[in-house]
Amino acid sequence: MKRSATPYLFLSPYLAIFALFWAWPILESLLLSFQNTRVSPPVWNLSVNWGRILGDAAFWDALRNTVLILVIQVPLMLALATVLAVALNSQLLRARGFFRFAFFAPVVVGAVAYSAVFRLLFNQNGAVNAALGTQLNWIFDPVGAMAVIIITLTWRWTGYNAIIILAGLQSIPKDIYEAAEIDGASPWQQFWRITVPSLRPVLLFCLVLSIIGTLQLFTEPWLITNGGPGTATTTLGVYLYRQGFQNINFGYASTIAYAITLLALVFSIIQLRLFGRES
Amino acid sequence: MKRRLWWRSFWLHLFLTPLALLWLAPLWLMFVFSTHPEIAIFSTPTPVLPGNQFAVNLQSLQADTNFLRTLFNSIMVAGIYTILSIFLTSLAGYAFARFDFWGKGVVFSLVIATLTIPYFAVVIPQFILVAREAKTLLAILIGMAVFGGIAALLAWLKFSPTLGRLAWVGYGVAGLAYLVWGVPALREAITFDFRLTNTYWAVILPSLANSLGVFFMRQNFLSVPQSLLEAARIDGAGEFRIFFRIAVPLVLPAMAALAIILFLASWNDYLWPLLVLSDRAMQTAPVALGSLIGLTRVSWGGIMVGAVMTTLPFLILFLFLQRYFIAGITAGGVKD
Repeated sequence: MKRSATPYLFLSPYLAIFALFWAWPILESLLLSFQNTRVSPPVWNLSVNWGRILGDAAFWDALRNTVLILVIQVPLMLALATVLAVALNSQLLRARGFFRFAFFAPVVVGAVAYSAVFRLLFNQNGAVNAALGTQLNWIFDPVGAMAVIIITLTWRWTGYNAIIILAGLQSIPKDIYEAAEIDGASPWQQFWRITVPSLRPVLLFCLVLSIIGTLQLFTEPWLITNGGPGTATTTLGVYLYRQGFQNINFGYASTIAYAITLLALVFSIIQLRLFGRES
Repeated sequence: MKRRLWWRSFWLHLFLTPLALLWLAPLWLMFVFSTHPEIAIFSTPTPVLPGNQFAVNLQSLQADTNFLRTLFNSIMVAGIYTILSIFLTSLAGYAFARFDFWGKGVVFSLVIATLTIPYFAVVIPQFILVAREAKTLLAILIGMAVFGGIAALLAWLKFSPTLGRLAWVGYGVAGLAYLVWGVPALREAITFDFRLTNTYWAVILPSLANSLGVFFMRQNFLSVPQSLLEAARIDGAGEFRIFFRIAVPLVLPAMAALAIILFLASWNDYLWPLLVLSDRAMQTAPVALGSLIGLTRVSWGGIMVGAVMTTLPFLILFLFLQRYFIAGITAGGVKD
């Protein structure tokens, strides 16, 4: 191809925005995390924020809550999404349109709308207690509040992951199943020996997306439980918002942001080590 | 054999049906609650059929937040964003799919690498850029022009490989020095200040850096037969003419899928608009709705009306355009 300025003309409007609002902020965040922004103008202080975060009990609480959601909600959701995708893909299923709509509809609902609904449903006088015949004060109980967050996230994101897994399922060649059927493999064996191994790259992709999503969880705990009771559902995202935008300490909030980024990096490396370089 | 299949089908439906109803319940109750007074929502048994208080609840919501105005803001923001974003990402995606140029590999890897970087890593500097001091923005723009000029000069000189590598090191060191000392100094020097807070642009501009959209459009432009574009080129059509008249019409369905997803994402966005829109008249619907949830003296029926009004149009669209929504969602997900 002939060398000319044309590709740069096509690219430059996007690249200008990208450089200004992504590339530069990634660096600026790092620089800010080494500045004391509690004085005006901010001054360079390499240890003020990173020293603080190591001994900050509230940060470790937030980290613990986030990791707790990560290890409970993400596997639960991905397992359910896989089962749903297989079920929705089954030739035996009638009323497919109805089932698809039921599980995929949450994909279009905004976080604020469903957070409001779930907060209302899990109210002490709400529909969930009425249905279960209990008097549990979900939102004001540490375990109950965490359960509500996990249930809400599972409701919203299971169908989303099922869509991606379903697309992965449809790319598995049909004749593998036919061959297995002839060899006398049960559906159960087919699921574990063919479906799950073939889905590995897709599941890995969903896992990466879910981990990054969970690490920056903000809207649901902020609106449903306000991070409470106490700090029981304060996630890293909520803590960052409090430090950055309520206490107006951009330096420390940047340090939290980079801690989250480092965590995402660590998880990515672990995944690459565990699953090889297939994504 | 047939009998065994029947039983399998039976168990499948026995498992899926209650789960599906459970999944639909929050949406149904959201709709039901929007038509009842607050006292009914909190009474036992919980109402499961619609009432007739929708208009009353809408009025109380309107009184609390000027909700219709925030809906208008949401439509404007999501609409402008979608159009601009489709334009930018298809131009960039086309460049990555169709041309070979200096720096292509590095730039494309950089754009794709940001997909795995948490949004929080950039949110604070983004906020400083649009909300606090536009000095920063100008300082960076000047810097970009200066360093972009140096890069162009180096490219133009077509330096030898060894010298080239050295130049890259020098360029990196100079860039870093500019970040640490240059930007703060320039920031001090530039005195005027244009704040973007409480404008549509504050919400729209940063989200335009959408690397998933670029990747999606690139994949689609790659699948356009290159021979067709070459033929047009031989016929003497300009590159932009080829792009608009031949390439774009061929990827229109994919563009529609991307547009739906972009519009929805912008419509439902909460954290960023919450940060940059404090003026109630400029807030988007989710921000206005979110501000009500924490308060005690508001009607929950009204909040449910807001939830329904921001959700229902998309649920109906989803019923008809499911294929496009799903195409947009799986775009980043499935490798070819």
